[in-house]
Amino acid sequence: MKIAVTAKGNGLSAEVDERFGRAACFVLYDTETKAASTIDNGQSVNAASGAGIQAAETVARAGIQCLITGHCGPKAFRTLSSAGIRVYNGATGTVADAIAAFEQGRLAQASAADVDSHW
Amino acid sequence: MTVAVASGKGGTGKTTVAVSLALSREGPASLVDCDVEEPNAHLFFRPTIEESIPVEMLVPEVDAARCTRCGACGRACRYHAIVALGAEPIVFPDLCHACGGCMLACPEGAIREVPFRIGVVERGRAGTLAFAQGRLDVGHAMAVPVIRTLHGAAYGPGLTVIDAPPGTSCPVVASVRGADAVLLVTEPTPFGLNDLALAVGMVRTLGVPFGVLINRSDIGDASVRGYCAREEIPVLMEIPEDRRIAEAYSRGMPAVAAVPELLFRFRELADRLAGLAAAQPARVRA
Repeated sequence: MKIAVTAKGNGLSAEVDERFGRAACFVLYDTETKAASTIDNGQSVNAASGAGIQAAETVARAGIQCLITGHCGPKAFRTLSSAGIRVYNGATGTVADAIAAFEQGRLAQASAADVDSHW
Repeated sequence: MTVAVASGKGGTGKTTVAVSLALSREGPASLVDCDVEEPNAHLFFRPTIEESIPVEMLVPEVDAARCTRCGACGRACRYHAIVALGAEPIVFPDLCHACGGCMLACPEGAIREVPFRIGVVERGRAGTLAFAQGRLDVGHAMAVPVIRTLHGAAYGPGLTVIDAPPGTSCPVVASVRGADAVLLVTEPTPFGLNDLALAVGMVRTLGVPFGVLINRSDIGDASVRGYCAREEIPVLMEIPEDRRIAEAYSRGMPAVAAVPELLFRFRELADRLAGLAAAQPARVRA
């Protein structure tokens, strides 16, 4: 299964970025092969509006099934849901910490946005 | 004649000047408040609103039965107002710029445009002064369609004074476009100068003749005057700091009511603006 974690930098040792739409990067991780890679989210960071939607399009194109982040707003959540991506909020620490928490079932799947737009 | 009162910087006195310019006119005059995110000119003469015109944008609606989930609509939209990620497209009307691009991109003809209300244009009158203002509904960000509707509805005979929003972005351009002359209101401070220079760049690009009004002209420094001299920009009026104007403002009274001698100075200002407009016809029309 491919997952994405919102991050402030590259790789598994980067700190989790609690924002989704304007997160600096997404660290992609394959739970079977343990392979990790990073994609830049600069285009959404600098977007005037629609950052969450654009970020959701970016991770959907990367082919992930789960997104791990701190918080997720309403437009991003709707877009991710339409692409069949499950959202897990409340991640903290490093990307590796967040992946461990996810794999141990310590992150709950979100059923709706947990923050308002532009929180 | 249509005069747009604009400024780069907010809080320089655009509304104070626009209201006084319109009220000091001896013939017919109209005041048009284009600051649709927070119109406040009405506070100074309490017009009776006679007509309300809703402003709508056309936004996409997808026929799910005809949609093949190809994603062409989402790829066509640079504002992410319609998104199709292998499922039925989602529309976010508040991000839509109403360009119709998604409808053109759809190979199935599955998208039609439906009206979406974003604000209102109101017309009214206070004595002999005709009045119009736009109001963007709370939660919406598309000021330009409201301003365009306002321009289409607003013009009466005589002098029309447009109170533009601050800044130099799209709503300001939409407000100023079509004016015969622009009056840039500034204050003689480094902040005033910085934002004045941006506004000058905008009106020069639009090709509309313009001049400067220096408000609170005895505060700050000489940099704005120096800039205007170097750039050969006419300074059409200076208003010194005056506590009577500030007190009147705080009570919703126009400056010309508090300081009667300003009436004649604003009439002179209107004559100077007419002179500017006559000497250099505006290049770009609405």
